[in-house]
Amino acid sequence: MVTANRTWDGVVIYRTAQQGWSANLSDAVIVRTSDEARTLLGEATADDVGAIGPYIAPVELKDGGEIKPGNLREHIRSEGLTIDLLPVPA
Amino acid sequence: MYAYDELDRTLINERVSEFRDQVKRRLSGELTEDEFKMLRLQNGVYLQLHAYMFRVAIPYGTLSSKQLRALARVGRRYDRGYGHFTTRQNIQFNWIKLAELPDALADLAEVGIHAMQTSGNNMRNVTSDQWAGVAPGEVEDPRIWSEILRQHTTLHPEFSFLPRKFKIAITASEHDRAAIKVHDIGLRLYKNAEGETGFEVLVGGGLGRTPFIGKTIKPFVHGRDILSYVEAILRVYNQYGRRDNIYKARIKILVHELGIEKFAREVDDEWKQMGDVGLTLDHSVIEEVRSRFSYPAYEKLPHMPDELKQAAHDPLFERWRRNSVFPHKVQGYSIVTLSLKPVGAPPGDATSDQMDAVADLADRYSFGEIRVGHEQNLCLPHVAKRDLPQLWKALDRIGLATPNVNLVTDIIACPGLDYCSLANARSIPIAQELTRRFANHDTAELIGRLHINISGCINACGHHHVGHIGILGVEKNGEEYYQITIGGRADEGAQMGTLIGPAIPYAEVADVIEDIVEAYLALRDRPEELFVDAVKRLGVEPFKERVYATR
Repeated sequence: MVTANRTWDGVVIYRTAQQGWSANLSDAVIVRTSDEARTLLGEATADDVGAIGPYIAPVELKDGGEIKPGNLREHIRSEGLTIDLLPVPA
Repeated sequence: MYAYDELDRTLINERVSEFRDQVKRRLSGELTEDEFKMLRLQNGVYLQLHAYMFRVAIPYGTLSSKQLRALARVGRRYDRGYGHFTTRQNIQFNWIKLAELPDALADLAEVGIHAMQTSGNNMRNVTSDQWAGVAPGEVEDPRIWSEILRQHTTLHPEFSFLPRKFKIAITASEHDRAAIKVHDIGLRLYKNAEGETGFEVLVGGGLGRTPFIGKTIKPFVHGRDILSYVEAILRVYNQYGRRDNIYKARIKILVHELGIEKFAREVDDEWKQMGDVGLTLDHSVIEEVRSRFSYPAYEKLPHMPDELKQAAHDPLFERWRRNSVFPHKVQGYSIVTLSLKPVGAPPGDATSDQMDAVADLADRYSFGEIRVGHEQNLCLPHVAKRDLPQLWKALDRIGLATPNVNLVTDIIACPGLDYCSLANARSIPIAQELTRRFANHDTAELIGRLHINISGCINACGHHHVGHIGILGVEKNGEEYYQITIGGRADEGAQMGTLIGPAIPYAEVADVIEDIVEAYLALRDRPEELFVDAVKRLGVEPFKERVYATR
């Protein structure tokens, strides 16, 4: 997959099959060869207004097609902090 | 407190307007990210894992209550209700939106705070002792000199595109609380045999990938000449510093490669060649800056007021007083450290509500002034001793009276892989687990002074090299591992810690640290022998054996 951060607010986003972006990993388009990955990254990089810092990241495909982050860094980007924060009133 | 003049206010406001326009052009696509990146970095805006991170400078660690409330407001209005105090007297907000950043900067500008040069290859925030101006035995307030350097180097065209970032720290006390020996330039203010005020100048210190302790380049530079001498160092660095390799670009590499003697000769030649370029500090200029610092109208108070005598019967108060309250230069007053290291929480974090509450307490008990130290704690610098019991109760109510200052749970930690795009491993969960392991305050007091510093990568934002115990996160085959060093220190006797052996997996770090501490308790020759002194006496072997014998 190709991931980046959204330019206006920095939110983690994933490149979709519709040549757009989604904040849900489940919407990410998955590629299986390095050529496909390079092409996808090229498209993503061309969208300099919508996204910042696109790069190719690994995923794990579960039985049934569920997409999971392929390493700890991407897990943290997708699922959020692994730590307890100080309680902040809502 | 330092009162900004019209020039400062104009500069900050103009910068906000410029950045507002730059952000607008970036969001419209008029500026590409490549064009915008340097502009945002010069305003303290990084891109991290989850969002933009916004770093705000707290010059020489001094804040007014009004300024702290403004930081609280930024946390609440533009972020998620908290901020993170760093090891260089900055505060970072982790969830800020680019589109809202100009508004956040404008809010801060109203109280004289900015984010200029908190990133980029320029002169960063000039830091100092968080006890500046109140520490007993201090030569004079080092913030005057920090401010002179800040003014001179802010937006200085010659120093806006250095080979790499550049950090200066200043102390005026015998005990170094500003970690000057691990800065690009460290300045120690003292009076020479003739009674003249000047500086021992150290250069080439730093942590990161290639750590070095700073070396003395000039044992004494008169105060009036400090600006020109620092400028000469920067000019030599600007000319010879490596721009072709980011890993070799810091001044410490140049000093190391040339050798301190040759580097010093280059600087002296440059200094002579500069001649009189208007950088000699006239007495009136120094006094003008000095006059803009205001000091409280202290009362004449007893050394041991009745309120303190009565409170001494409460063991919980006494425990807090023992490690959080420090002598002040004025009789009847104390310096109070507010621990931002509660058990189970991220080191250095404070909620906006806590910041507001501290601002209120500063107004009531500390002449409206707050300090930030490189250990990621806050400090109230002017508390009357009679008010200590009331202050303690108020701090306890807001979770800021953890009695662990300088103890094993007073951990310095970088944001690590939970936030940082450079990190290889997490730092905060390690710190949180260690605070739980050593949560018993009796045990922590028994162990005594022990600084644990944690970094999530080799860039060393958590200063792991100079922790009594240093923990460095590395990545091995996709897993988090941690290298452990012991015997480092960041004070006037600064030295790098020694690696004890192979890296250990995430799940074993807390056990290993417990083993090291248990070994120390068994090996120290008396209760007063600090961990770091025991390591110096014994070397790393006994600790290494304890850790690896069963692993």
